[in-house]
Amino acid sequence: MDDFLAGFAELFARYDVLGAFWVNIQLTFWAAILSLLLGSVLALMRISPIPSLQWAGTAYVTVFRNTPLTIILTFMYLVVFSQLGLKLSDDLETTFFWFAVIGLSVYHAAFVCEAIRSGVNTVPVGQAEAARAIGLSFLPAARLVIFPQAFRGAIAPLGNTLIALLKNSTVAAAASVATETSSLMRTMIEFRPDLMVAIFLTFAIGYVILVIPIGVGTTWLSQRLAVKR
Amino acid sequence: MSASVLFDAPGPRGRAVSAVGNVVAALAVLAGLGWLVSVLAAKGQFEPSLWQNAVSAEAWQFYYLPGLQNTLRSAMFATVGAVVFGIVFGVGRLSRNRAVRWISGVVVEFFRAVPVLLMMIFFYMFFSAQAQWIADRPFAAVVVALVLYNGSVIAELVRAGVGNLPKGQGEAGLAIGLTPGQTLRSVQLPQALVAMLPAMVSQLVVVLKDSALGQFILYSELLRSAQILSAKEQNPLQALVVVAIVFILINWLLTVAAHRLARLLSSRTAGETVEGTGIGNPTAVGGFVGGGPGPGAGGGGGV
Amino acid sequence: MRKHTMGLLAMAAASTLALSACGGAEVGGEPAGEDTATAGGDTIRIGIKYDQPGLGLQDGDTFTGFDTDVARYVANELGYSEDQIEFVETISANRETALQNGDVDMIFATYSINDERKELIDFAGPYFVAGQDLLVAADNTDITGPETLEGKNLCSVTGSTSAENIKTDYAEGVQLVERGGYAECATALASGAVDAVTTDDIILAGLAATEENAGKFKVVGAPFSEERYGVGLPDGSTETCEEVNAAITKMIEDGTWEELVTTNTEGTGYTPDADLNPPTVDACE
Repeated sequence: MDDFLAGFAELFARYDVLGAFWVNIQLTFWAAILSLLLGSVLALMRISPIPSLQWAGTAYVTVFRNTPLTIILTFMYLVVFSQLGLKLSDDLETTFFWFAVIGLSVYHAAFVCEAIRSGVNTVPVGQAEAARAIGLSFLPAARLVIFPQAFRGAIAPLGNTLIALLKNSTVAAAASVATETSSLMRTMIEFRPDLMVAIFLTFAIGYVILVIPIGVGTTWLSQRLAVKR
Repeated sequence: MSASVLFDAPGPRGRAVSAVGNVVAALAVLAGLGWLVSVLAAKGQFEPSLWQNAVSAEAWQFYYLPGLQNTLRSAMFATVGAVVFGIVFGVGRLSRNRAVRWISGVVVEFFRAVPVLLMMIFFYMFFSAQAQWIADRPFAAVVVALVLYNGSVIAELVRAGVGNLPKGQGEAGLAIGLTPGQTLRSVQLPQALVAMLPAMVSQLVVVLKDSALGQFILYSELLRSAQILSAKEQNPLQALVVVAIVFILINWLLTVAAHRLARLLSSRTAGETVEGTGIGNPTAVGGFVGGGPGPGAGGGGGV
Repeated sequence: MRKHTMGLLAMAAASTLALSACGGAEVGGEPAGEDTATAGGDTIRIGIKYDQPGLGLQDGDTFTGFDTDVARYVANELGYSEDQIEFVETISANRETALQNGDVDMIFATYSINDERKELIDFAGPYFVAGQDLLVAADNTDITGPETLEGKNLCSVTGSTSAENIKTDYAEGVQLVERGGYAECATALASGAVDAVTTDDIILAGLAATEENAGKFKVVGAPFSEERYGVGLPDGSTETCEEVNAAITKMIEDGTWEELVTTNTEGTGYTPDADLNPPTVDACE
């Protein structure tokens, strides 16, 4: 037991577990903001009066929702980094971090869009009719009447997307982010295979600790902010 | 839901504006694509040989198709396992026994929170060290990780499916003298499962997409087969494009099937048939499960 | 209603089973599956790499490269004909396990002999001595060795320590890129997104010699480590080790070794370090 604890202590001194989680949290944070913006625009496009925008939004969602995230992140490396030669920083680690953020955002925006659309579905028809009746055109109606209510109705599915995003941030390894949790866990198990169960449980519980507050928080928020009808 | 209640039909001016907008946007998209193509061409990525080697009969016969077979095989095993796991733990969460309910809840919440990739890497390394009698360890690791995660999701679907049935169904069962367990088994669960089927088909999309993570532990699935092909042909980008298209087509067909199924089955259950989100995190009981053009909550139909 | 439901479920389950019953597919069309898990009988299972051009590469339904050619020669000497050889993919991280489990009978997969591995398995050979080197663009002149990598981008494959070694021993300011396969490094090198790729020189030579890469890259040619490629054998196979060593010695003496090196590195301008090659085999333990 003492050996076990000593081995464990040594592992933690040697490897920066919290640092790795911090990388995943940062990936999640930035990708959440970007995908929320992109997803909202897509949702707006899909409910807009212009057929070409509807079509473009639908095509985007169909393509990205059905592509494995690994492939999207590998494209970030193979196309954006290798071929287009875009460098967001002199530091490669930073560059890959932002490529991963973009890849994660592009993928999750499709789900954010669908979450918001499901939120729009919770808004009664009368609200939209009332907006039109007082002479609001599409954009003001969407901005002032539909979206504020739709977002409240979409909090639960958005929360689920956020949880998925946090967990999917481990796939950033496919975009050459080498400092995040899945890569570190692998390195640590290779270094101390005898402690692999304990190492896995450490990381797993780390994610449970991060995920549960998001779930509880969004459920609470969605109930608190639900439009009373 | 019809989008048309959101706005007035555009008048002549609106139509003119949107026509101009269409042209401008199309030009902008074309310009972007043109730039992309010109850069890729300058870097030699449009060498015909790179693309020919990515779609040749040989590439399909010896690389993609065996890879796809492995992808489907892991997905099928994982789906069957996940349905069993999901029904067991989903029913466990509905159990009247507190301990069973609690344990099922902990198991489901745990495996729903742990990233699939972490599980795959762990099980792969664990099997390699401790379970060497397993012949195909990468395959086993992929399947186990997918079963635990997707099974937990399905467990939630089962719970939500039963919870979303009208209360009268359970009451009717009790009223004709069935025990609560019998009511669950012969009245509620069958209807809940029918209501869930479309969501399960959507979940298959999640399973297929996640099976591509097998690449990280070098399971010979579709993505890995493209990697081996590109070692020979030195065309990683082109091979990846082919694989992406295959994935998109299969998953799109499954999504369409889920949509059809939801409509087809809606008359066969008192519950709401809903499709999954394709990301695998259904909302808990009473919440709105879905995405896609699902039914609106609230009376009178949503916008 | 209930009957109907169960019918549906049964149908779904049956179709699922039917689909999964088709079993595993080895990329490359090799027969695979649980029944061939253990070595034995009339065939010999040899672990190779599938994704290293010039060494071990899957080419349709056959395998090419120096490692596979040496493996064929040695297997022949041990009394196995060509169609009794079954090639199996053994990735770097899994080589010791594959031998310990009997998944394979021997391994020819750029497998460097070292003491750590010797504790777990036996080695015959070496049959080749490689060295860590750098691959750069054909017209590059400023990278001449690991110490000139300061501030450059260096690509290697995930799980390999070669890039890490350069960072700690030669150039602290080197920026590392890790990818799943060397092809992904090579495309980035061709487009200039990375400045160099590192691993053993013969692997780099094989990468440079592929049709698509011909003329684009060169191996720097200043190896800074010594990698003695051995034949991995399960622990306690002294007898097999002697036989394999005899085969390797014969291969070197009858000129086959020279021929295999030449054909597999053709067009790369790469020649193995003549001071170290061809090697003499170590005594079996």
